[in-house]
Amino acid sequence: MLKINNLHVKLEEEDKQILKGVDLEVPAGKVHAIMGPNGSGKSTLSYVLSGRDGYEVTKGDATLDGEELLDMEPEERAAAGLFLAFQYPVEIPGVGNMTFLRTAVNAQRKARGEAEMSAADFLKFIRAKAKDLKIDADMLKRPVNVGFSGGEKKRNEILQMAMLEPKMCILDETDSGLDVDAMKLVSEGVNALRDEGRSFLVITHYQRLLDHIKPDVVHIMAAGRIIKSGGPELALEVEHNGYADILAEIDA
Amino acid sequence: MSTAVKAQAALISADARPASGAWAADARADAASRLAAMGLPTRRDEYWKWTRPDSLISAEPASADVFDNQGETLVFHDIDRLKLVFVDGVFDADASDALDGEGLEIERLSMAATKDIHWAKDLYGVLETAGQTPVQRPLAVYNSAMATDGVVIRVTKTPTRPVSLIYRHEDPVSDVILHHVIRVEEGASLTLLENGAAAARFNQVTEVDVAKGAQFHHVRAQGRDHDRQAVTHIFARVDAESVFKSFTMTVNGKLTRNECVIDIIGDEAVAHIAGAALGDGAESEFHHDDTVFITHDAVACESRQVFKKVLKNGAKGVFQGKILVKPDAQKTDGYQKSQSLLLDDDASFQAKPELEIYADDVICSHGSTTGAIDEEALFYLRSRGVPTPIATDLLVLAFLADAIEEIEDEDIAAEITGRLDAWLTRRRG
Repeated sequence: MLKINNLHVKLEEEDKQILKGVDLEVPAGKVHAIMGPNGSGKSTLSYVLSGRDGYEVTKGDATLDGEELLDMEPEERAAAGLFLAFQYPVEIPGVGNMTFLRTAVNAQRKARGEAEMSAADFLKFIRAKAKDLKIDADMLKRPVNVGFSGGEKKRNEILQMAMLEPKMCILDETDSGLDVDAMKLVSEGVNALRDEGRSFLVITHYQRLLDHIKPDVVHIMAAGRIIKSGGPELALEVEHNGYADILAEIDA
Repeated sequence: MSTAVKAQAALISADARPASGAWAADARADAASRLAAMGLPTRRDEYWKWTRPDSLISAEPASADVFDNQGETLVFHDIDRLKLVFVDGVFDADASDALDGEGLEIERLSMAATKDIHWAKDLYGVLETAGQTPVQRPLAVYNSAMATDGVVIRVTKTPTRPVSLIYRHEDPVSDVILHHVIRVEEGASLTLLENGAAAARFNQVTEVDVAKGAQFHHVRAQGRDHDRQAVTHIFARVDAESVFKSFTMTVNGKLTRNECVIDIIGDEAVAHIAGAALGDGAESEFHHDDTVFITHDAVACESRQVFKKVLKNGAKGVFQGKILVKPDAQKTDGYQKSQSLLLDDDASFQAKPELEIYADDVICSHGSTTGAIDEEALFYLRSRGVPTPIATDLLVLAFLADAIEEIEDEDIAAEITGRLDAWLTRRRG
């Protein structure tokens, strides 16, 4: 599904290399997790894959289902099936959540040459998805993320994911700012979307999210590279011993 | 002899003014002599610093092609309303509804002016004159002297439907001066709709007297003819416990200067004035000027100014807004917001927000900002698959939303939003 090959990225504004040769492959239907200390480049990876401005790819590439991702505009990546659940979802005053979602769903359909969804069908669709995530009608009417609590914002991200039905979902520290109940709700939302045709890349600091969203593979990222990969037990190891042991092991 | 001097010379001659009965002749002669003393605006006037008056006072108007509506229905088409149609300033009786309605007395100014006595005498040119201090507005004086027609409306109850003034523009060189006088009697309520370019060059004055406990709601969609020019003045007197609300949508138009002068004279009154302007200088010039002066001269009144402009391709926006709070106007709540969204580096916005406060127990604030599209929001929308042009337009509409929210009637507000959306969509191609 997602293949990242020797990806090197620096900040456009300053001559600072953030990613220094990331290699990663997430097969269809699998959940991979990336853990790593602050500043290791985890969030940069998610932004570069989704097409945010301000980064320059100096070497390497990334493909989604064989299509070269890095040449596409952000909206083309989305239409191709990539979805990034933001660490800090953006507030957009004046744009209703429902309008936003309908515009997004129909824009993606149009880009894929599919018919737009009728207003009635859309309403039915969104109500069913919102109910699962305990998102009430009021939250759908309000402007995008404005006045939402941390938990509400993250649930809104998952709602968008459920509505857009992407192939490749990247979750950037979706657990940050969530209490236990909210984390459970968000995880259930993600788990409901797990499917053999859909892959996930879960970026997190903490093992506890991975108790809820069970990964197939865990990668440890440090200093702009994947330094170790393993099964779910790797996350537990980090939880008990921190990153120091792994980093020392690599340096040795 | 400059055109301005010629225009003035024509003005002081009684022959140049429309035929009138006693009261109107007096009012017009008074306006002509006031104008002769005042003179027409010049580029050197502080009040005209950012908007050049030259093309508004030249002897002949610049030609403006008539906008091709391409079969599109006109604004407010689906709103049930009493329609009064002017074609290049000439009343079109066949296209208009009968001049009556429950709680309404409507007359054409040209008819009312021929009478020797008329209630409009107490308002025509009177509110306009009051609005000449402390800042002079010569083009409104010119209007009072020279207006050929308009409507005179007295509202005694709450009519079942809005009064809608439709200004059609057919002659590419028409030069039209209309003057309306409206009195909303105690406890009555009127919604006034206006749309259309009216002329190549349009000078409009509306004097509105809102009596105690009365309501006046005004929603205007200015003409989309690219080269049309308009200078409009609203002079409102707002009495106790009454509500005055005015909203203007402007898309296209080479030059627009909308002045609004509001005197709040009775306690606990509310006056809101809002505008949403969208200008793209690519097809023709776009210069839009909102000039507002609100005077609080009563206790516990609220005023709001919400002006939003979206500008690109050399489009220019101007805002001059003042709140004057007189010494006895305690508990005043005055708020002024003027914001522009510049979609490229060529667009420009000038703002002069002013507060002058002589009472000590007041809440007054103003905020004037100029900004670009929020890149974070844009990326967020694009990351969900919304293409840049559509995402930009969503953010533009969002930016305009709080001006549109000033329209109280939901159907009319939806109509305005729909028109703005359509304008944006057409430009996306």
